[in-house]
Amino acid sequence: MENLLSAAPTAFQPRDWEVQPPYLVPAYKSSVLRAPSQPLVPLKHTLSELTGPVYGPECLGPLDHDLTRNGRVNGEPLGERIIVAGRVLDQFGRPVPDTLVEIWQANAAGRYVHKGDQHDAPLDPNFFGGGRVRTDAEGRYQFMTIKPGSYPWGNHPNAWRPHHIHFSLFGPNIATRLVTQMYFPGDPLQAIDPIFLGTPPKGRELLICRFDIDSSISDYALAYEFNLVLRGPLETPFETR
Amino acid sequence: MSLLTQTPSQTAGPYFAYGLAARQYGFPHTSIAGATLAEAHTPGELIALEGRVLDGVGQPINDALVEIWQADATGRYHAPDFGGFGRFGTGTERDQAFRFQTIKPGSVEGQAPHINVLVFMRGLMSHLYTRLYFADEAGANALDPVLNSVPSDRRATLLAPRVAGPGLPCYRFDIRVQGEGETVFFDL
Repeated sequence: MENLLSAAPTAFQPRDWEVQPPYLVPAYKSSVLRAPSQPLVPLKHTLSELTGPVYGPECLGPLDHDLTRNGRVNGEPLGERIIVAGRVLDQFGRPVPDTLVEIWQANAAGRYVHKGDQHDAPLDPNFFGGGRVRTDAEGRYQFMTIKPGSYPWGNHPNAWRPHHIHFSLFGPNIATRLVTQMYFPGDPLQAIDPIFLGTPPKGRELLICRFDIDSSISDYALAYEFNLVLRGPLETPFETR
Repeated sequence: MSLLTQTPSQTAGPYFAYGLAARQYGFPHTSIAGATLAEAHTPGELIALEGRVLDGVGQPINDALVEIWQADATGRYHAPDFGGFGRFGTGTERDQAFRFQTIKPGSVEGQAPHINVLVFMRGLMSHLYTRLYFADEAGANALDPVLNSVPSDRRATLLAPRVAGPGLPCYRFDIRVQGEGETVFFDL
């Protein structure tokens, strides 16, 4: 225990602004009145930033990872079943275990179960589109879900969001908190989406999952692999083994 | 040594509710955290925290998600009887406010009592970090290294005044994301 404590990192890598999107992305209209106009103030990490909420397995229900079943009322949800799985790693390539991963998404027709979503596409009574899971000792997570549809939005004329799933992760502390979106390979809408394009080019590929036929379940579901990289400790923790 | 590239942040968008705050919004899914961090039996002073998230023209934002992370009344994180994490979306209240019930935290590592605040919303490509300090802790605030690292004319944006109300003692913390009186946000 003493060794673990003495090895505890004192700070985490800074956010990499060559990869992280700027706050102001004029083509993404909602950012115009919501981006801070003053520069961020640097803050040296204290215990407040080096701790964060921990949710153990007892916080998960048996169907929380399975969006094809956790909203089921009277039948299977409509659409294409998919497995979304991957690993959460730090910048040194080490697994980040015990990380709560929460996701939310539109249904197969591109409609969110939200009163604010007025897109005239069908709601699916057997799908609401929210789920969560924890990473295991190797940083692995897995969801079963439905491939989300594209949908129009009001950003500009003929604006459509690419297929995507929203992800939220805590990692080891508040400094590693991440909310992002996973996109699908080969989606032509990425090339014209101001949110995706708001990410610096160096970071964009990391937002696209990989089609993974080997992990697909025969006669049941295709699979996609999506790995996420959280900030690593500034000082590499001492490895005892 | 070459490091792996960080996964970029993306906006939470307007429809995060059934993924992150399902119970608050009445969706048929549980939530891992909500508005209530402490009850009457939790050691410490039970308080309410409330505020709004305001955009560049001062309009309250009704699709923001506010998260808070704090120590217990004695300054401990991960105290056995106090989780310390809360989450509230601004879409359910008539005035688009966020509202938490918690306890006033103690000092952590000699810092003035504070609460970490994270803001997510449509239009925000990366979430924002700020800190709520208590305006009635003037002595401790004057010595706080983080507050003192902030330009003096902007420090007041981090101070939550104690306001009168019918219920619990309440601290008011409006978050202005842009423009006049813009809240200080930190690069952690």
